Amino acid sequence: MASVTLPAAPSETEPGRFGIYGGRYVPETLMAALVELEQEYEAAKKDASFQAELDALLKDYAGRPTPLYFAKRLSEQLGGAKIYLKREDLLHTGAHKINNALGQALLARRMGKKRIIAETGAGQHGVATATVCALLGLECVVYMGEVDMARQELNVLRMRLLGAEVRGVGAGSKTLKDAISEAMRDWVTNVRTTYYLLGSALGAHPYPTMVRDFHRCISREMKEQILEKEGRLPTAIIACVGGGSNAIGAFYEFIPERSVRLIGVEAGGRGGALGEHAARFHGGVPGVLQGTFSYVLQDEDGQIASTHSVSAGLDYASIGPEHAALHDAGRAEYVSQDDTATLDAVVRLARTEGILPALESAHAVAEAIRIAPTMPAHDILVVNLSGRGDKDMGILAHELKL
Amino acid sequence: MAIHFQHRPGLVVYLTAGDPSLDATRAIAIEAIDAGADVIELGVPFSDPLADGPVIQRASERALARGTRLKDVIALAREIRAARPAAGLILFSYFNPILRHGLASFADDAAAAGADGVLVTDLIIEEAKDYLAQMDRVGLAPVFLAAPTSPDARLQAIAEHSKGFVYAISRTGITGKQVSLTADAAALVARIRRWTGLPIAVGFGISSAEHVAEVGEFADAAVIGSAIVELIERSEPEASPGAVARFIKGLRLQPAALAR
Repeated sequence: MASVTLPAAPSETEPGRFGIYGGRYVPETLMAALVELEQEYEAAKKDASFQAELDALLKDYAGRPTPLYFAKRLSEQLGGAKIYLKREDLLHTGAHKINNALGQALLARRMGKKRIIAETGAGQHGVATATVCALLGLECVVYMGEVDMARQELNVLRMRLLGAEVRGVGAGSKTLKDAISEAMRDWVTNVRTTYYLLGSALGAHPYPTMVRDFHRCISREMKEQILEKEGRLPTAIIACVGGGSNAIGAFYEFIPERSVRLIGVEAGGRGGALGEHAARFHGGVPGVLQGTFSYVLQDEDGQIASTHSVSAGLDYASIGPEHAALHDAGRAEYVSQDDTATLDAVVRLARTEGILPALESAHAVAEAIRIAPTMPAHDILVVNLSGRGDKDMGILAHELKL
Repeated sequence: MAIHFQHRPGLVVYLTAGDPSLDATRAIAIEAIDAGADVIELGVPFSDPLADGPVIQRASERALARGTRLKDVIALAREIRAARPAAGLILFSYFNPILRHGLASFADDAAAAGADGVLVTDLIIEEAKDYLAQMDRVGLAPVFLAAPTSPDARLQAIAEHSKGFVYAISRTGITGKQVSLTADAAALVARIRRWTGLPIAVGFGISSAEHVAEVGEFADAAVIGSAIVELIERSEPEASPGAVARFIKGLRLQPAALAR
């Protein structure tokens, strides 16, 4: 980090900055669209009818609030802290991604944009976007790396059934990073007519802030629910971190609660060497990728490194800028869990609680399994179970020889 | 060294450095200058070129596969400068390789190599404070992109912070060929002129003598990128300098351009 010159002394009050991270590093062609989006989003936030429509859809269509479930058998087996699961996996479409997709699609409609583009890694954001586009009658194109299309085929089929066009991306590593680049190329070309519905707390301002706000409901509910069930705040919140949307949603309301540990779990993949994992805080260096300044896995020439994770949704070389700021400030801790521990966690949760977590979310479960036995029985862990694992059956069948 | 366009319209030639090899890029750049290119833009290959179309994406992949590094591109600039002292020479890069190199040392190295300026594709004026200070310190010209979607206030800031020339993007989109120029380009150039006396070069999708002549009607220079990179891709390495030189001479063989 010492060898890197940081970009211009950004002030912390500047919109779109989280400490020194964030900002807007985009081709000039996109700037007018980003400014327009920022203004429209600010207006929508203050518009009671916009919020009422979103809240109604979140409740009646998506299924909020989601339950906070006490995983009694798992907690007893591990013999330490009580483990609660925030059941985002029970939302319509099977993951937290629908929160943001609904919010941004309503914003797109408000802006008069009839064509929606999105990127997707695991396919959950793509499915959520295809779903809300069907609901609102919007054209939908989803970019997805060819490697991810193969390993998350079920979600490709779901998107197509919902009426979206899925465009495979064969460049680079053929995963999430390349899907984002291709979506940005589409946006820069069709910027006058097209809304880019970015699915993680990444990219140029205002996306990291806006996506976080649309997922803030997760921690707001968590806080109410745990106070109701336990009468106190949890010891720690655990969430997996790819771009970081579910984690920032799960952390946000707890950031001022200094007693609550915030633990982000990155993909440890199959080893510690560059290219074998997606743990940005364990080998990454601050840099610019796809519109934002944050930790980036890269080589010494500033070329972006390839990544590996068994979960497509965590397989990305950078991380949301707000996480970078929380990391540097010491407010959140970032650990990693590897592919093997993640697969073990899937099996364990399935067989103790009858819940099949997404491979992404299973990274957070694996961390809970690791630390719960080391904690006293009155401690409380809340795991954000960001998605369900049906989409992963192909990978699980192969990896677990089912 | 100041950038000036000896021809009307001027020609800016973009080359992805290291494709097919650093030696080839040097030979092509020298031939291009001798054939009438006023400015060479040396593209630093990047792993994730999100502003580029398929042609330059492929060229970047090839250059990186051969191990081309930013320091190699700077060394190449030095060789081209030594061989052709009067030509304009710009380094063209995404921001991350420059950040990783270190802004200050990049500025020092680029200036020492004899580059005239730098264009960073994904760096907008608002994020460029440190970069501008470093460019200013070493006397390099920061060249910024202006887009058809940029409102006047942005164009004014872009014009005020640019040196050397302003690069006007002919249309919304990524780099790559197009059949005909849109009305966007002329309108954009006219808007930029209100804010600056700098030369204005028009790029993105310029691939033929007709395009160059048309750009010459309203702008000072045309930027040719993907068309030449694709020509290099199709040519045998030893034949590509000659092929590029013939192509550039052909771009000037328009009565409309000659008459000016």
